[in-house]
Amino acid sequence: MKTQKIKNWLRGLSPHVILIIVCALWLLPTFGLLVTSFRPVQDINETGWWKILDAPKGEKEYNTYCAECHGKDGKLIAEADLSNPELVQKYRRSFTLIVLLKKEIDGKPHLGELEVPDENISANIATYMRRISGIESRPRFTLSNYIDALVGYRGNTTYKEDCAAGTQAVDLFCDTRDLGNARGMGRAFLNSLLVAIPSTILPILFAAFAAYAFSWMDFKGRQWLFALLVGLQVVPLQMTLIPISRLYAQLGLNGTFLGIWLFHTGFGLPYAIYLMRNFLGSLPREIFESAYLDGASSWTAFYQLAIPLSLPAIASLGIFQFLWIWNDLLVALVFLGGEHPVLTYQIGNMVTSLGSGWHLLTAAAFISMALPMIVFLSLQKFFVRGMLAGSVKG
Amino acid sequence: MASNDSQVPAIMRQGKIAPWLYLLPALLVMTAFIVYPGLNTFLLSFRNNANTGWAGDNCVAGQTCWGIFENFHYALTSEIMLTAFLNNLKWIVFMVTGTVILGLLIAVLADRVKYEPIAKAIIFLPMAISFVGAGVIWKFMYNFGTGETQIGILNAVVVALGGKPVSWLTEPQINTFMLIIVGVWMWTGFCMTILAAAIKGVSTEILEAARVDGATEWMVFIRIMIPQILPTITVVMTTMVINVLKIFDIVYVMTGGNYGTEVIANRMYKEMYSSFNTGRAAAIAIVLILVIVPAMIFNIRRFREQESMR
Repeated sequence: MKTQKIKNWLRGLSPHVILIIVCALWLLPTFGLLVTSFRPVQDINETGWWKILDAPKGEKEYNTYCAECHGKDGKLIAEADLSNPELVQKYRRSFTLIVLLKKEIDGKPHLGELEVPDENISANIATYMRRISGIESRPRFTLSNYIDALVGYRGNTTYKEDCAAGTQAVDLFCDTRDLGNARGMGRAFLNSLLVAIPSTILPILFAAFAAYAFSWMDFKGRQWLFALLVGLQVVPLQMTLIPISRLYAQLGLNGTFLGIWLFHTGFGLPYAIYLMRNFLGSLPREIFESAYLDGASSWTAFYQLAIPLSLPAIASLGIFQFLWIWNDLLVALVFLGGEHPVLTYQIGNMVTSLGSGWHLLTAAAFISMALPMIVFLSLQKFFVRGMLAGSVKG
Repeated sequence: MASNDSQVPAIMRQGKIAPWLYLLPALLVMTAFIVYPGLNTFLLSFRNNANTGWAGDNCVAGQTCWGIFENFHYALTSEIMLTAFLNNLKWIVFMVTGTVILGLLIAVLADRVKYEPIAKAIIFLPMAISFVGAGVIWKFMYNFGTGETQIGILNAVVVALGGKPVSWLTEPQINTFMLIIVGVWMWTGFCMTILAAAIKGVSTEILEAARVDGATEWMVFIRIMIPQILPTITVVMTTMVINVLKIFDIVYVMTGGNYGTEVIANRMYKEMYSSFNTGRAAAIAIVLILVIVPAMIFNIRRFREQESMR
């Protein structure tokens, strides 16, 4: 009887175990990125992000060789105060430190019975001494990756340090103007907004017009025209890129916001019309009939009835279209390129050119992901609905 | 759709011109950005690379020539395109089965727990991220250190287990699969959400009846659940096939199509914007649409059937 109970309990437990493991695995990559984006650059390249809570480098070695006499904080021997930056400055590298450790103090070996450590260990001790003396303050977490990514800093230290020392690149001003730096994610964020907002509003507006005509107005060829327009959903994006970029080259629209707005509008329309027409068509027809009978013009019926009533559909559609554009790389690459770099373009560039500048890449990636994540978490219902309905989109 | 005419009574005749005014903006933009380029791409695929003559100009003397179809000769038989086709096939097989099976598993499990919304949100979250962002996330996961320390978690695990670190993205035998894992991570949430909705629609009475009759959970799942949601599974699978055929961003960001990871859409981009071979790029685009359209038509038809059944 008892074993049966345990068996049942285990059976009830297993879905939880599997599900929690899967969820943990799903979160792991994003979580790793998030943690890394807040770590100082040297740490990122020295240890994996999962070791973030480990003791700082050299602490173990310091405790073995030095802590007994100098104390944990290095202050125990007043004439050799290891928390004094001036003193540590003299022995900040392993080779100078080893020499010191080999010297005798008052006729006794510096380390007593301990053997003088090798280069690696003494280098770690030196690192730790630099830390406790405050020469090299390396906090566990830092915001400087985000600052560097936002202003597009490309150097060996950080934007803040360079600015403090006055050694920043010629195109940096060290004030808020740097947020507009063409290399930075701040500018790219703005560009992404400038691309995505009109490219979301325009197709929804045009689609609402068209869908209204298809649902509540009578004209010849209504059926087949609707079928034709919706059928255009099958045309893949890739097929339209080449002729349009040639056309844009002639019109001088390559690299302009207008060009990319129009392209996204055209490409977003078939699906938007389809969705809006389905929604508007499902509204009770008595409303429109009585409006027309009351002498309302089609325009009044459109913007006083159809638009307010279809707000839920507009919300789903809007979120879907907005995120689709926000996350798009291909269209931005082809029509905007480096002229007005958007977030995805900028990151794509950093991946290929920076190689392993993980501190910048992780921060940049998170800057680009922040908005979609907020939208997703706050408007989950609309988001999922729009995403699912949009699954047939080309 | 056939019932539309009855939906619109005579009173809704708002003159001959008004409806067209409502349609005009959409028609103009769609003609310019979908109809025209579609037809133009078709034409370009038969032209030479600079669009100064027909495609026969691209022929190399002494080699097989398909005349005006020379661009398709390249798109269908060149070595790099064959690699791309093979890779797209790998993507289809492994990403579609991966996302659907995992999505189904999570949907079934999440259906039984109280924290279902949280679990689903976690799985769905990658859908909100761009392919580029996901590319960065996973490049970091796959990081390969030449020295002792491994900052990529996958290699850290391999080393901890006593193995040798692997350069996941350049190793020809495994790199495409590594990219597919990224795709699975991103799209499982999508499959899960649609399948979860279908599972909720399965009548609990039938399931309970089967359980009372002594069927195991596994049998209930295989014999009752699966057949009932099979139409949805088909739609999800076709949608995924379409998505996978067009896969571009992951490959572009993570390997650039190098080390044998080329796919069709990335090849098209390269032909167009690295080599400026518009003819070849157009031919690849045509090949891509020819592969996608049947799947799309199939999908829209199934979608309609399902809608009409509701």
